[in-house]
Amino acid sequence: MAEEECELNEKQKREIAKWFLLNSPAGEIQYIAKDLRSVLNDEKVYNEAASEAFPLYNKSHLIFLELPNRSGDVLVTSYNELEENEFLDPRTALVATVDHVKQVCTDVRPAADEELSSPYIEEFRCALDAEMLKYVAEAYPKGICSVYCVDGKDVEGPGSNFELVVVISAAKNSPQNFCNGSWRSVWNIEFKEDVQMLEVRGKLQVGAHYYEEGNVQLDAKHECKDATIFQAPDDCAISIANIIRHHEAEYLESLEASYANLPDTTFKDLRRKLPVTRTQFPWHNTLQFSLTRDIQKELGIDK
Amino acid sequence: MEAAMGLMRRIHPKQSETALSALLSLLPHHSSDLLSQVDQPLQVLCDLESGKEYILCEYNRDADSYRSPWSNKYYPPLEDALYPSSELRKLEVEANEVFSIYRDQYYEGGISSVYMWEDDNEGFVACFLIKKDGSKTGQGRRGHLQEGAWDAIHVIEVGAEEESIAHYCLTSTIMLSLTTNDESSGTFSLSGSIRRQMNMDLSVADGHLCNMGRMIEEMEGKLRNSLDQVYFGKTKEMVCTLRPPSEVVLRLPTADMP
Repeated sequence: MAEEECELNEKQKREIAKWFLLNSPAGEIQYIAKDLRSVLNDEKVYNEAASEAFPLYNKSHLIFLELPNRSGDVLVTSYNELEENEFLDPRTALVATVDHVKQVCTDVRPAADEELSSPYIEEFRCALDAEMLKYVAEAYPKGICSVYCVDGKDVEGPGSNFELVVVISAAKNSPQNFCNGSWRSVWNIEFKEDVQMLEVRGKLQVGAHYYEEGNVQLDAKHECKDATIFQAPDDCAISIANIIRHHEAEYLESLEASYANLPDTTFKDLRRKLPVTRTQFPWHNTLQFSLTRDIQKELGIDK
Repeated sequence: MEAAMGLMRRIHPKQSETALSALLSLLPHHSSDLLSQVDQPLQVLCDLESGKEYILCEYNRDADSYRSPWSNKYYPPLEDALYPSSELRKLEVEANEVFSIYRDQYYEGGISSVYMWEDDNEGFVACFLIKKDGSKTGQGRRGHLQEGAWDAIHVIEVGAEEESIAHYCLTSTIMLSLTTNDESSGTFSLSGSIRRQMNMDLSVADGHLCNMGRMIEEMEGKLRNSLDQVYFGKTKEMVCTLRPPSEVVLRLPTADMP
């Protein structure tokens, strides 16, 4: 038997470890990490896997970390990544150094000029950021948002197109209640000067995990599009915020509708609450079984 | 091993097959424990003799072959295989027929199988299984689901009769997943598994099949409700905690709206 059990090599173990880490539900990677280390029993392989998996996980889950000097939170995303461990927070013009595996912010420094957007772009970014802060404060009990320039950050004045992205991240972790959840919104806004239009594309992702004596997970995703006219920075900001507010509220309503349909409609395609007869199954009535069987055969229903 | 079960509880139900094979390769010495404690979606084979499908599980397996409840034969064929006694086989045949009708009434489709075998305590164990594909390309009657699966495993240990009363211990596991997808609301996907136990002492006057059937029906109803109201309900509660519905936070921008 010993020859048949081929021992996994380090590379295979590392890939498995990475897989578990990357596929952790929102807010649970540290718990998965703990169990994984126990199962792997190989610190070297675990550390290699963690150093590769954590950055990817953190960016895809849009985690947010507290800045050391209490100036707020910094989001960890692919949009504001300067170096592998450095993330820009345009609102405070600070750059945070992040330890991905420990999921903490270890250092902070002021951003250099070339890391920030040009004054022209910053006007649009800042106005939108202010509107988004207002919106997020209203709509999310605990949400973090930021606005980044992902294309054209050095554009000096009118005449070029550029792109901003709004990132909203909300999470609620209640491990004591065996329940965790996350909401992630990413809104890309293309400022198309040539046609004087703004094209807005939103990607919303919601997840929840409840695991008290069971294991149930929700994954919901939605994409939407909208557009508005190109105006002065403040007016653009308000239009965009309204678009986002409208679509996100609509999406929440449709999530609620999906849940409302579950018990009687959606679930029915899996299992009915009761048979068509509206009574429970007559187990004791064997005569009925033979009859049913004969009827089924006659009607050709019997498979 | 506890850590391994911890991982299984957190990983997404849809990925449990991948997770289990990963764990089996990392912990080969624990393979029998893992296989018996971790629930996996049910697989199906076709009994060529009767043309009917049957469900595979540990309880109808011998080596690498699986016994069909319809023909009582193993596929691939196996010599010196295990079979229930002829008396138990009679009960098994009846159980399969009756359970099939039950399945049709509640599931409007799907596949079911029942397996029985004698245990060491003069009683027997019965395993009732159901597999339903509720997607619109499968057997979802109303076409709501892009993807939908319900797998139920009910294992009942029946104790030896004493003064015409028998003790029944039912352990039920339900694994389900459903996905709806449309233009206006995107993809909505719920999946999960739960396991519960029920113990009863019942008179054998109506027969074992009747007793077991009633217990299963009651259990399935309870689990369906629990999944829907408690489990899925908790995920809904979480979503509304993250971002409360608009009625709660209605507040429009001020006069500088264009």
